[in-house]
Amino acid sequence: MQQRGAIRFALTRLLCAIPTLFFVILIAFLMMHAAPGGPFDDERALPPDAAANIERAYHLDEPLLTQFGRYFGGLLRGDLGPSFRYADYTVAELIGGALPVSALLGAMSLVIALAAGVAAGVLAALKRNSIADRLITGFALTGISIPVFIVAPLLVLVFAVRLGWLPASWASTDSGARLLLPVIALSLPQIAYIMRLTRGSMIEVLASDFVRTARAQGLDTWSIVRHHALKPAMLPLLSYMGPAIAAVLAGSVVVEQVFGIPGLGQLFVRGALNRDYTLVLGIVILYASLVIFLNLLVDILYGFLDPRIRHR
Amino acid sequence: MAARRVIAGILAAVLLLALALVVLERGGPADDTANGVVTLNRGVGPEPETMDPHRAKTVQAHIVLHDLFEGLLRYSPGGDIVGGAAERWQVSDDGLEYRFWLRADARWSTGEPVTAEDFVYSFRRLVDPATAAFYANHISAVVNADAIVAGELPPDALGVEAANPRELVVRLRQPTPYFLSLLTQPPTFPVDRASIERHGDAFARPGNLVSNGAYVLADWTLGSVLELERNVHYWDDAATSIDVVRHFVTPEPSNELYRYRAGELDITATIPSEAFPRLKEERPDEIRTAPLLGVYFYGMNLNHPELGGKRALREALSLAIDRETLVEKVVARGEPPAYSFVPPGVDNYEPPRLKFEDEAPADRHARAKRLYAEAGYGPDNPLEIELRYNTSETHERIAIAVQEMWREVLGFEATLINEEFRVLVANVQAMEITEIFRLNWTGEYNDAHAFLNIFASDSSSNMFGYKNEEYDALLEQAAAQTDLSRRRLYLEEAERVLLADHVVMPIYFYISKHLVSPKVRGWRDNVLDYHYSQHLDIVDDR
Repeated sequence: MQQRGAIRFALTRLLCAIPTLFFVILIAFLMMHAAPGGPFDDERALPPDAAANIERAYHLDEPLLTQFGRYFGGLLRGDLGPSFRYADYTVAELIGGALPVSALLGAMSLVIALAAGVAAGVLAALKRNSIADRLITGFALTGISIPVFIVAPLLVLVFAVRLGWLPASWASTDSGARLLLPVIALSLPQIAYIMRLTRGSMIEVLASDFVRTARAQGLDTWSIVRHHALKPAMLPLLSYMGPAIAAVLAGSVVVEQVFGIPGLGQLFVRGALNRDYTLVLGIVILYASLVIFLNLLVDILYGFLDPRIRHR
Repeated sequence: MAARRVIAGILAAVLLLALALVVLERGGPADDTANGVVTLNRGVGPEPETMDPHRAKTVQAHIVLHDLFEGLLRYSPGGDIVGGAAERWQVSDDGLEYRFWLRADARWSTGEPVTAEDFVYSFRRLVDPATAAFYANHISAVVNADAIVAGELPPDALGVEAANPRELVVRLRQPTPYFLSLLTQPPTFPVDRASIERHGDAFARPGNLVSNGAYVLADWTLGSVLELERNVHYWDDAATSIDVVRHFVTPEPSNELYRYRAGELDITATIPSEAFPRLKEERPDEIRTAPLLGVYFYGMNLNHPELGGKRALREALSLAIDRETLVEKVVARGEPPAYSFVPPGVDNYEPPRLKFEDEAPADRHARAKRLYAEAGYGPDNPLEIELRYNTSETHERIAIAVQEMWREVLGFEATLINEEFRVLVANVQAMEITEIFRLNWTGEYNDAHAFLNIFASDSSSNMFGYKNEEYDALLEQAAAQTDLSRRRLYLEEAERVLLADHVVMPIYFYISKHLVSPKVRGWRDNVLDYHYSQHLDIVDDR
């Protein structure tokens, strides 16, 4: 019963995702083209003939709707088109090169953040208002409030420039050591956020009726946490994880720039600044699909974690 | 149950991390030095966009292309034009026919000889509309080049011809004294026909790219690094010391500096302003600055009624800008103040200067006030004007300082507008809403013409709405000269006319700024900021 409900729910949601995605593509396409300045504008204005040749080569001389039709037709065939900026590469290749790097870093930092964040959050909730709680909460507050564009260069300054223990940039070595600083920079704010989420919802769950009942039955705190409290306390975290995974896969612009990491984030920003229409659209499509898919996954998982939410 | 899962999760995370570290641990390139491989690590700035010499447009792409390819001619470390793929050349008396004899040992990285036919093919490819080259008009001096770019003639109508496999003839439609310097640059680099026909659009990728310079493209990790290796077939390979060159992508100057200080870079693409004073104390010998062929200026859109109609106002605005204060207090990196549009150091040229350069500040201000009043402005009727610049800390600080100077001397408050670079450029070129704008101009080739031609009425880069028949006539007369000393007089007179019209307010001249590690040898400062890796060496004394 429950299984079939979940499957029907998933299918409906997937069908709804198609028009959503279409409009995301259309709006992104129009916004990119509406932004002033084109991919080939420079302080050195091109002679008109040379400019016309370039526009023709990239079909920029056609009406906008024709261009969209051409682009969308390519998409249906699985072709994201050539990059406007990087003439030697297609958008699919650019994304294909950057995604694994961002995904590896993102996955590592997220796993670390989850492990450390949940553990610290549970601890803080159980020992509420103790010194440990204060320390953990204080750390979380610092972690959230210091922006990554401060943390990342600081890490480089201390560990690469001053101490010389770790590489300052991605490309200067092939060794795994290059992963350490970026992963730390990426996971710090995540740890803080996950810890706060866990602590808050854990406190709430611990105060609920069924936990009180469990306590009344004489169960010790750890078994209550293990058997009764942890699962429902994970719900807010779960809804946070959907977008967080998408964001982490899409890469962090700041961290990538600081360490010179060839990931998706900096590709996206440079694409936007260069008006690399196809590259930006390609990344937008990837990101939108990820968000839609992960949110769907989260909604389905909800049903398994909380018996009160069932997809019928 | 759940706790066990949490513990299992933590263990899995630790294992994953360890695994990733092991998998990625393949031994760093630091091992290179042990094998006697000499490696140079350079910061290149923002990522180059392509290694196709005909489609590349940025300085960064050109820096790497100069390591990979060699044109007919090239620059010596001291900045003189010397033979590249050509060993000698001859120019006819009327300046219209150039003949080049290629080296017998000029080779592609495949080992095949570089022939005159290769250059004919490459020049045609540059102007072919199908190539859609950014610098298609680079060789517009060559017979029929412009008509081919415009699609009016087929590419084989271009005035280049292979007299025999080692002799190339180029015909020009008018004398062009700087033509030889054009032949040192990427748009005129040869490309290998066979590899283009085999690989199509992918010919310029690592593994496919065939080049004829000191290095070959071994690898390109997008967003990170381009790795070059010695081209053993290069005719002058014996003189190349550095085996591997890594051009690191360094879009952020402050992060580039970190990498340099961590010893990961031997040469930086630039030096961030804010770090300049400290570096000057800490590493004075590693800072290399040199004049560059570029000018930072505030331009005026003469289509704007107030700016266009009132020369006195334009002069007053220019007079009130204290360039010395700007370069010493605001920019503070050693750039010289600009009193001409063409920078000093351009070949065969002595730029005329703005007349007020020698006036004392008090006199300048007094005259600025008088002119401002003459133009019809005053305390009750202040000028309303917009100053546009692209988003950047330096540009903003300069704009605020200039705004303050105008307020102090002339008593009006300019409206500052900052825009993203491409937005600014689009506005400036449309010449509709711009009034005063910040921009810079760099010489594509070492000649005054590269700076002055943008003010010609018919120039596509004329973003000032400037039309002056006398000026146009002087440029045309200069173009007709084969005698360099006479040509120069016309060009200098043209700039004198331009400066007197106050169409543009030059602020400062650019300098190149690099940090160069003490172990790098062979670095020579030059106005084009060319530092081919093949001329450098690494000597590690440690």
